[in-house]
Amino acid sequence: MSSGTDRNGGRRASGELESSVLAILWSAPGPLTASQVNERLPGDLAHTTVVTILSRLHAKGILERRRAGRGHAYAPTRDQAAHTAEQMVSLLDHGTDRGADRGAVLAQFVSQLSDADERMLQQVLLRHPDGDEER
Amino acid sequence: MRLAVWAPLVASTLLALLSPPLTRRLPPRHATWALLCAGVLAVAGWAATLALLAFTGFGQIPLVAFLGSWSTRVLHAGDPLPPSVAVACALVLAAMLVALGVASWRRGSELVRAYQECHQLPGDGELAVVDDDRVEAFALPGLPALPEWSGLAGLPGAGGRIVVSTGMLGGLRAAEREALLAHERSHLRHHHHFFLLVFQIASATCPLLRPLAREGAYTVERWADEDAAEAVGDRSVVARAVARAALARSAAGGGPTGTRDGARGGPPPTALLAATGGPVPRRVQALLSPRPRLRRAPLVALVLLLALSGVSLGLAEQTTERLFEHARSVRAQLSDPTATNAPPPDATR
Repeated sequence: MSSGTDRNGGRRASGELESSVLAILWSAPGPLTASQVNERLPGDLAHTTVVTILSRLHAKGILERRRAGRGHAYAPTRDQAAHTAEQMVSLLDHGTDRGADRGAVLAQFVSQLSDADERMLQQVLLRHPDGDEER
Repeated sequence: MRLAVWAPLVASTLLALLSPPLTRRLPPRHATWALLCAGVLAVAGWAATLALLAFTGFGQIPLVAFLGSWSTRVLHAGDPLPPSVAVACALVLAAMLVALGVASWRRGSELVRAYQECHQLPGDGELAVVDDDRVEAFALPGLPALPEWSGLAGLPGAGGRIVVSTGMLGGLRAAEREALLAHERSHLRHHHHFFLLVFQIASATCPLLRPLAREGAYTVERWADEDAAEAVGDRSVVARAVARAALARSAAGGGPTGTRDGARGGPPPTALLAATGGPVPRRVQALLSPRPRLRRAPLVALVLLLALSGVSLGLAEQTTERLFEHARSVRAQLSDPTATNAPPPDATR
């Protein structure tokens, strides 16, 4: 159960890096090259590490790529995520009784807010601006 | 006798009422475990007390006493409760057991369905992105990583998947997305869905445990928040991630759990995880404060409370057993005065 609890600080597992890369590409406005992805990743990673991850994701069909300069620019494949979305419709539909059970079993990142909660959170974001302007 | 039997009922109630405020002073991981133990022990305490009271009451019915060959007079002297109380105890116990069964079945099968869906998701990576404008992120538990010899070690999604919508990814900054991933990763790594399952079953079994279950759902999130803060190395990044995600979600119409349900006039969909009254601001505040340290006083108080509850339960069981043994020996003496193998009657005590 605690196999990974002490895995902070050191080298991150490649599975975790894959998730980060995927998250970056999904939130980018357009395709990104390996160095652009690397800029957005936290920490100092070798260029080849990022290239390896991108090629692996491309080989799995999760990313599509096109030539950009001497390398490639990568973007997520929409098909697969759309397919995931179809499967997830039942997961995300909390309106039904079953959905309520499911919502209670799955830990969701954030729950609902009241108006007062909303005002409080907006103030927090104003008072604690981030130094990291790049999205 | 009466005191010993009623004590676990009191101890369980104290446990249910006192553990949420006490765990508020503990780090989230300790708090979650303490609440889990408290919830399970409280349910066990109530159920056992009700069972003992009902059993002692029904034992006084002449036919039952005849079949069990014990003395009704001794039982009645030891536990002078009217039969109506025994019947009430039995009915409450039955209701608890039915609620326990129904809740276990419903939540359990939902978890199994989540396991199945986790394995059916396309891709084999940790993160599954859903191309959807709704602002959603959750950990989809998979079966725990299986050993090599089982032949299922390489099953896709083993250990669970993180499901995030593009709506959620787009609403967060780079560092905050890392925080979100670290948070969900903590849920999967520490099997938080199992804790949630136990809290929900406990609160369904006994409504008095609802505050405890709500607190437990909150401390599970806090646990993941603290892990995320450690992983990204900055508490305020996690605080901003939580705040921004929650705001984005309510700006997007509260997602399917929010306004739509309100418009339908139905009950709030997820009684525990999506409770109103601000678990999100509490989490954000906690993240903007220094990392919680393990303090001795609340921990000792909780351990004592748990021990008290366990000991009282053991004593109640023992006392009841002694009473029945005594009632049996008295009966044996009466029906067969020459019997030598029966223990001497305790009539003098």
